[in-house]
Amino acid sequence: MQRLSTKLILLLALCFAGVTPASAQQNPPANAELLKRGEYLARAGDCIACHTAREGKTFAGGLPMKTPFGTLYTSNITPDPQTGIGTWTSDQFYRMMHDGRFPDGGLVYPAMPFGSYTKVTREDSDAIYAFLRSVPPVKQVNKPHELTFPFNNRSLIIGWRTLFFNEGEFKPDPTKSAEWNRGAYLVEGLGHCGMCHTAINALGGSSESQAFEGGLIPMQYWYAPSLTSNKEAGLGDWSIQEIVDYLRTGVSARGAVYGPMAEVVYNSLQYLNDEDIRAMAVYLKGLAQGSSPDKPPPAIPSAESSLLLSLGKQIYDRDCASCHGATGLGMPPHYPPLAGNQSIQMASAVNAIRMVLNGGYPPGTAGNPMPYGMPPFAQRLSDDEVAAVVTYIRTSWGNRGAPVSARQANELRTATLK
Amino acid sequence: MLACASCHGAQGEGTSDVYFPRLAGKPAGYLYNQLVAFRDGRRKYPPMNYLLEFLPDDYLKKMADYFASLRPPFPEPAIPTVSDAILARGESIVKNGDAQRGIPPCASCHGPSFGGMEPAIPGLLGLRASYISAQLGGWRYGTRTAAAPDCMQIVASLLTEDDVKAVAAYLSSRPAPADPSFAPQGSLPMPLACGSEPR
Repeated sequence: MQRLSTKLILLLALCFAGVTPASAQQNPPANAELLKRGEYLARAGDCIACHTAREGKTFAGGLPMKTPFGTLYTSNITPDPQTGIGTWTSDQFYRMMHDGRFPDGGLVYPAMPFGSYTKVTREDSDAIYAFLRSVPPVKQVNKPHELTFPFNNRSLIIGWRTLFFNEGEFKPDPTKSAEWNRGAYLVEGLGHCGMCHTAINALGGSSESQAFEGGLIPMQYWYAPSLTSNKEAGLGDWSIQEIVDYLRTGVSARGAVYGPMAEVVYNSLQYLNDEDIRAMAVYLKGLAQGSSPDKPPPAIPSAESSLLLSLGKQIYDRDCASCHGATGLGMPPHYPPLAGNQSIQMASAVNAIRMVLNGGYPPGTAGNPMPYGMPPFAQRLSDDEVAAVVTYIRTSWGNRGAPVSARQANELRTATLK
Repeated sequence: MLACASCHGAQGEGTSDVYFPRLAGKPAGYLYNQLVAFRDGRRKYPPMNYLLEFLPDDYLKKMADYFASLRPPFPEPAIPTVSDAILARGESIVKNGDAQRGIPPCASCHGPSFGGMEPAIPGLLGLRASYISAQLGGWRYGTRTAAAPDCMQIVASLLTEDDVKAVAAYLSSRPAPADPSFAPQGSLPMPLACGSEPR
């Protein structure tokens, strides 16, 4: 009985504590501060990228997300009470972020990165909640998902969660610096970097033991490189400043941002402050494991592959050298170096082939508002020519990538450009 | 703007590929509207949608201004592959429209010498027949749209496939204009209201 009444008192105390935010609303400076922090954290979580459709209203959802299991449509997270999240409490919002459950207890499809957001603190979740309640409400009914059988059965998510979901807030590592821990919190939590940089398996899950080891992004046909291997996008050999430049402006002395990562820099990372970007850089650099010994260079060219290389050099000198230099040194940051560029030598040649076929611009950011773009060559080069020039780039100037076949080039011609 | 050159030519003059249009000398407002429409996915062409996806408005504006300011030579006019009768039909629609069917003449908005009008009505010369018919087809079938009221959608939906073929053949066979400039804003009669072109 004694214990019960103590609980009651605690509960009452909590109720009164719950009143504080309401009274804070009448206190504009504190409220403005909270909203600003919430807006910033929503940027760090890149909510806008998925919850805003092309030419759609901000945060009103409706963006189609193609998955191997069908098309999901993102939801309206504006404070409209009927079609958005206007009736949600901050508890319910935290439950969604932390545990992937709707207010009625229903399970959320894991396209929403609650596997990462579960690490977000209650305080940060509340700030994002406060910010989302302050954006203009939009009346827009959520579009039903178009999932194929059997994936349209939501109870399958229970199985997925058992295999791949570990609920729990971020636990700082006391043996590391505060900066490292801040970086880890952002990368593993709101940044949800693991959603792409950890391989997705046939069940649509990613294994914790392979965290940040890279993988092909389903349906997008871009390879998200490993963040732990210096042979891919491991940043062990990069300076902190180079990582900071890359993440925040989209270009660096080592290489430029392209493909799906351009979206992340454009909508999210460019808005983060110096301290947070540096913290992420410190953490990411630390993720990279020591370089393993170099694998042997590609086999001595046969007659066929030396023909491929001489064709490749001819195309390179004609179409590529004017920007990337005769020996692949480029003119960083606007013309990225190709010699020694990890993203060109990775085991997967998907990204190098796609850059030649589709070209691309780094994102336009405050730090680099007029990025230099690379033209597409799909319309000018045959499959053999694409294979030849990519092989040449992957194996010249000390680069140690494997040769590429015309068939690989041809397969990526039809890669859906969203 | 070297990224644009491989398809649109170093000076935006177009290339030998019949589907890649000339950009040079079109009014900046028109070019800007297209860049935004490609970026936001309303005008659908995956290579362009992909390239522009993460570029800010200010940059797109500068690209548009740049190509609008260029005046490279026009390509040789196409030698028509259609009969004289079809060509004459094309000329008649382009210059006079078809009052009975409510089709306005192209010249009433795009100018008597088809150079376009500031800020957002494009010139029609230096383009190949395949490109012109593909665009008119896109409007007819609703795959290309512009700000409402979408006057080109209205006009194109009044055209038959034969009309489109005739108009494309005639326009692509026109020689380079003596004066490649576009008309100043408000100087042409414009029988229809267009969302992209403020009056």
